[in-house]
Amino acid sequence: MERIPILKMGPFLLVSIQVDMHDRLALTLQDDLTSRIVADRARGVLIDISSLEVVDSFIGRMLGNIAGMSRVLDAETVVVGMRPAVAITLVELGMSLSGVRTALNVERAMDMLQASVATSIAAPVSEAVNGHRPD
Amino acid sequence: MATVRTEKLPVETSEDVVRVRQAVRAWAVELGFSLVEQTKVVTAASELARNTVVHGGGGTCELESLQADNRRGLRLTFVDHGPGIADIEQAMRDGFTSGNGLGLGLGGARRLSNEFDIRSQPGAGTLVQIVRWK
Repeated sequence: MERIPILKMGPFLLVSIQVDMHDRLALTLQDDLTSRIVADRARGVLIDISSLEVVDSFIGRMLGNIAGMSRVLDAETVVVGMRPAVAITLVELGMSLSGVRTALNVERAMDMLQASVATSIAAPVSEAVNGHRPD
Repeated sequence: MATVRTEKLPVETSEDVVRVRQAVRAWAVELGFSLVEQTKVVTAASELARNTVVHGGGGTCELESLQADNRRGLRLTFVDHGPGIADIEQAMRDGFTSGNGLGLGLGGARRLSNEFDIRSQPGAGTLVQIVRWK
């Protein structure tokens, strides 16, 4: 079966969509990524869409779903490299991809993911401190 | 207005939706559309082709390159023989969906096109036609 490869790099999963995806392939990627986040205990997902010439409502929804599911599974998703013509078209289509973090290039996306891992490691400590307050 | 060239493609499967996107892209490039215009018409075609498969149970897409006065355009006609649409106004509204999508297909395709026409009757299938001018 046709699949989009998912690469593991440290605590992150990397996906680069290089083909014009049909809808079933997009759904398979969504399922595969969700399973891999759990299996690999991933803390972040980077999705490179710089090769995509078209993002329609279906692909847009898939990106939103992946972002939402990964958040529930304690991982951040960053979508990288959207082409300007795709961004213009998506907004006119009526999709603003709210809830999906985006970055202009892979370097910035990795910075964002690393920063989110750093803050989420710090967060439980402060929660624990708060939890021990007598009041 | 003259039709310069036509081609008809089957729209039965999600792979056909990809083929429609690719054909529309090739025609838009040939017509000299800008990158943004290409992307808009291909995206509109993708939405309508998916509707043809998912809601219409399959159909066809006809591509026509148009020549009118000093401008050139691309007309796309999607026809299916599915259950049709009882309330077109409701189907056009953003957020209305009979499937599990976002309900952006028809309204979005209209916003991405210069001309938009839809004809449908319950039991008689649906025809959606869009034109994008260069």
